[in-house]
Amino acid sequence: MSVDTLPISIGFGGGAELLFGNKKNFAISLPVQEITKWQISDLLKWIQDNLLKERPELFIQDNSVRPGILVLINDVDWELMDTINYVIQPNDEIVFISTLHGG
Amino acid sequence: MSSCSTKCGKKAVLKRPKTGDVLCKECFFEAFETEIHFTITRAKLFKAGMTVAVAASGGKDSTVLAYILKILNERFNYDLRLVLLSIDEGITGYRDDSLDTVKRNRDDYDMPLTILSYKDLYGWTMDEIVAEIGRKNNCTFCGVFRRQALDRGAALLKVDCIATGHNADDIAETVLMNILRGDLARLNRCTSIITGHGDGIARVKPLKYTYEKEIVMYAYFKQLVYFSTECIFAPNAYRGHARVLLKDMEKIDPAVIMNIIHSGESLTVNEEVNMPTLTKCSRCNHVSSQTVCKACVLLEGLNRGLPKLGIGKSSKAKKMIAEHDKKKYECSSSAENKQCICKNDPVGNSIDRKNDVTW
Repeated sequence: MSVDTLPISIGFGGGAELLFGNKKNFAISLPVQEITKWQISDLLKWIQDNLLKERPELFIQDNSVRPGILVLINDVDWELMDTINYVIQPNDEIVFISTLHGG
Repeated sequence: MSSCSTKCGKKAVLKRPKTGDVLCKECFFEAFETEIHFTITRAKLFKAGMTVAVAASGGKDSTVLAYILKILNERFNYDLRLVLLSIDEGITGYRDDSLDTVKRNRDDYDMPLTILSYKDLYGWTMDEIVAEIGRKNNCTFCGVFRRQALDRGAALLKVDCIATGHNADDIAETVLMNILRGDLARLNRCTSIITGHGDGIARVKPLKYTYEKEIVMYAYFKQLVYFSTECIFAPNAYRGHARVLLKDMEKIDPAVIMNIIHSGESLTVNEEVNMPTLTKCSRCNHVSSQTVCKACVLLEGLNRGLPKLGIGKSSKAKKMIAEHDKKKYECSSSAENKQCICKNDPVGNSIDRKNDVTW
């Protein structure tokens, strides 16, 4: 039986949500026809093409997130998960938190 | 899946930028809290019986600071009375929202809250100042006014010191900025963990050695509620450039943050460099390195319709003011509600009479 989408949830916080129409949580399904192994770097491109509303340079830089944005994969620091090379699994929760916004 | 560096057997949830250790949630909380406790005790930031005002903006740093001071105060019997002090700059859509978060901190952490506004203290909101000056030098006004507003609030509340949420990244950023500007006087003092001691209310920075990444991770795992947005007037601020530079370097090696702070701490300024001596402002009696403090100069400019007066070299402003004083000084600000500090009572007295100081 073939699965044709990869369902995951993504979240934005710490001010990063301001770039996404102030929406914090998204439930999305990634298409698996062209890409079978989705890595975080692929997800970032997908986010830029499909979700990012404004000023993409404030979120994405050099194939990764802009320095100062933290990423958690299932509540674990992505630095422990091979960062952009992590292979996304069904129902993963991926959260992007900006540290760049003041109070 | 990595396991915790402490060999506690649990799954690691983050990599510490300062040490490279990978820690589980519990060990991270323990390390984070204990390090701040050590910073506080090593630098002797507090004494038993003190009243400490936490400068609260509703942002991540001050929210974590208020929370951590509360738990450390209880855990290690600091015997401190903690209060929250917030400044309302009068920025619609920014500070009004973040003050709601501070009010939540007040309820969650059971600390009394005082909010002082620029409007009450200076007669101007930041919205009105920006309408006057434009968006180029507005951060100068805001920074100078906030610094003094916190001092005034602290005097009003009769606190022994003010704790601010400056983190390691902020300090490193300030060191860089002062180097880039060649501002040796500020470079010399910007790494001090206690400032204003002896000539005003002491300010302490308990999060001085705490990385921004860890503050945000701590708030996330503890589910602390904080407000995050960009100040609507800030995008033009010079600090932003230093910040981008620092974040780019931190990506290469997180140790740069500590290295920059360490460099700043170890610097000794050449004796030939002319260092300003601190005195009292002749108008408002506030601590100043000039005869008239920066806040009074800026306010004077605003009230005279010369908003650029306080921007740039202080010698220029001094000359302008001296010329004006010669023509018999008459404070134009007594008209309407645009009041001038020079007409106010010494710190605090005039504030008491305002009704909108909330607790």
